[in-house]
Amino acid sequence: MSLLSIENLSLSIHGAPILRDVSMQIEPGRILGVIGESGSGKSMTAFAAMQLLPDGSVCDGRIELNGQEVLDLGEQDLCRMRGRDVGMVFQEPMTALNPIRTIGDQVAETILIHEKVSRGAAMERAAEALRRAELPQDRFPLSRYPFELSGGQRQRVVIAMAIALRPKLLIADEPTTALDVTTQAQILDLLKRLVAEDGMGLMLISHDLAVVADLADDIVIMRKGEVVESGPADSLFRTMQHPYSKALLAASTHAPDREGAPQDVPLLQVQDVVRDYTVHMRGWWGKTTTFQAVKGVSFEIRKGESLGLVGESGCGKSTLTRAILGLEEVQGGSILLDGQPVFTGHHANRDIRRRMQVVFQDPYGSFNPRWKVGRLIAEPYHLLEQPPAGRAKARAIAEALESVGLQSEDQHKYIHEFSGGQRQRIAIARALIIKPELIILDEAVSALDVSVRAQVLDLLADLGDRFGLTYLFISHDLSVVRNVTDRVLVMKAGEIVEQGETKAVFDAPQHEYTKQLIEAAPVLPADVA
Amino acid sequence: MLRYFLKRLLSLALSLVVASLVIFLALEVVPGDPAAYMLGINAQEDTLAVLRDQLGLNGTVVERYFAWAGGMLRGDFGISYTYRTPVAEMIGERLWISLPLALYALVLSTLIAFPAGIWAASKRGSAADVTVMGVTQLGVAIPNFWFAMLMVLVFAINLRWFSAGGFVGWDAGFAAALKSLTLPAVALALPQASILARVMRSSLLDTLSEDYIRTARAKGLSRGQALWRHALRNALIPVLTIIGMQFSFLLAGAIIIENVFFLPGLGRLVFQSISARDLIVVESVVMLLVFAVIVVNFAVDMAYAVVDPRLRTRR
Repeated sequence: MSLLSIENLSLSIHGAPILRDVSMQIEPGRILGVIGESGSGKSMTAFAAMQLLPDGSVCDGRIELNGQEVLDLGEQDLCRMRGRDVGMVFQEPMTALNPIRTIGDQVAETILIHEKVSRGAAMERAAEALRRAELPQDRFPLSRYPFELSGGQRQRVVIAMAIALRPKLLIADEPTTALDVTTQAQILDLLKRLVAEDGMGLMLISHDLAVVADLADDIVIMRKGEVVESGPADSLFRTMQHPYSKALLAASTHAPDREGAPQDVPLLQVQDVVRDYTVHMRGWWGKTTTFQAVKGVSFEIRKGESLGLVGESGCGKSTLTRAILGLEEVQGGSILLDGQPVFTGHHANRDIRRRMQVVFQDPYGSFNPRWKVGRLIAEPYHLLEQPPAGRAKARAIAEALESVGLQSEDQHKYIHEFSGGQRQRIAIARALIIKPELIILDEAVSALDVSVRAQVLDLLADLGDRFGLTYLFISHDLSVVRNVTDRVLVMKAGEIVEQGETKAVFDAPQHEYTKQLIEAAPVLPADVA
Repeated sequence: MLRYFLKRLLSLALSLVVASLVIFLALEVVPGDPAAYMLGINAQEDTLAVLRDQLGLNGTVVERYFAWAGGMLRGDFGISYTYRTPVAEMIGERLWISLPLALYALVLSTLIAFPAGIWAASKRGSAADVTVMGVTQLGVAIPNFWFAMLMVLVFAINLRWFSAGGFVGWDAGFAAALKSLTLPAVALALPQASILARVMRSSLLDTLSEDYIRTARAKGLSRGQALWRHALRNALIPVLTIIGMQFSFLLAGAIIIENVFFLPGLGRLVFQSISARDLIVVESVVMLLVFAVIVVNFAVDMAYAVVDPRLRTRR
């Protein structure tokens, strides 16, 4: 008998169908990977198993947990089930914990809610759960608050909360998506160990095929609320039949065709750049020290080249980006575009500034929602002395939209009318409109689904060839960087620790840190990738 | 925590100094000759000289500021020009009505707003929510003096439960004094409670949609438990801010209500002394109100720190 057995589950929310005929099984001690893009219904399946659905949800079918029919349970019984029989871990560790209560308190709450034990006893067991999640008491006492912990540590607290009562089933919804690759590897190891120790079943939800392939015993692939394919992990990737599964696999390992070799002329020259921040320290009148976010970084990008910059959060890559864009003044070194300084005096050099543009990670957050797309795209025109007006401007907007695969009529719409991938295309159109030479892509494809990501990468490669663009490609996703860049820089704690041809760096990393990064990144089995 | 406290205390002291400078400059230096202002255009030169002497206007601006500020520190606010009595005494008397009235109204407002806001948020979209939102909309829209007159009609004139106005004084006993403040306090509290209830509701709805509420539900907490244990304290920060602002307003903003109920409070004192051009009283009362606002803000800052551990350790 399966631990969790979902059969022909259908779900609608306020009449809109969300899930159709979803079936899956999890056995004790095994890991089921659920793969799908956004909107595929993978999270909703998990929430249905917990019966933590939004108002207006109607479920149909069977969800059997440990021999008990979940859909027949009343709210009280469900509360008894949640946390005791099923634990859950979420995507966003930064916001999953109550910011104003201690971690001990929050872990102990799981125990106190379900068992009649004293607070002291619950606290002791909370300490034990935290220890099992690899947060030892000597370094992470129960009295810590979430804001005193890093993202990975917070995720461990959430895991400790979920496993405190040794539930039979653990549901992890994108548990490592928001984390750096080395932290991701540690958290995945932890989950794997807990499953083995407790004989727990684990439902691991992810959009990342490689993460799931690394860990899962069985895999379910979902699309638009339906299961398209399922089977054992070690054979599924080879035997899968459904066109969507194949497309998904192809997209996640997609390497766009790039033509044209970079010229041997430097476009951007970064020399010994230092960026300090003033930090207020503890003490009476706020004694200040400086924190060096970028410590003497030097590199060059050649014309037409695609350069990757990888590093984990806090390594200084965003700070460096802002400095290159002339958004912040540097404390040392120089940044030259085509031989001219980005910063002159204390002001950004506008003549230089208009020759580079940036595309950010969050396509939605970087647009003013009250402006129409035409106006949004034309925004960089303020960098020009004599921006085109009237028909010339309209023609330029239409051209920019068409070059990213959208229609010129789209300029009359608002940004909320577009999907995530389309928004990122609009962001690229905005960057293109003043015909820059350098485009900085700051995690520009990180928030996109794999199939959309593949399309955007193709688009970027195509535009690069057509317009002779130079790219600085900043990402934490090593597989993408590997596929789209000529050379790569590895940054750690404000310094470039390794640089070289992308293929050479990935095949034979020299620096210890680069080795760790590549080691930690999950990969698909060699014969399918 | 101690560092946070001391820093806030320092900022409180600095704010007071800056405020006193602004008030002094605005009322005593900028208008030119305060004595001429107080006596009007037809004043005789010798009466002006006498008044200048009384007001201590003969020193330099710096001397005058220190004399004024130093006097206040000792509790000496000067002598009212129109009433010829020490300002400190006048303010003291009025404060014994205005302060309890403000506190009374604030307590009422909180007692109404918290349950109403929490109830509405916990039953979002239900009839209860719609009712609370509708009633509070009215409460915000209708001026408090209209409530006041309505209550006088119903409770004082028709039902005769309360007197229509005046204050019996604290000598008449706590219960009697409180009773004579009840109608004005209710009139003041209703609009404030409406605002506060709406802030409470929306703040609580915001926190209820936070990820950590979902985490709490996944642990096995019911909706209600998640609200009380995780959402409420997090929702308090904006509510505390509004409470702080309301208290400052209640202390001085009760002029109309004080007039409707014939209460000799601070609001009426300001009003009367402005009409009588009694600068000394105006200056002192304004300073006192500024003091109250700053102290209340300090208290609110301290309350933030109690609610939110991040404020205790950071900065």
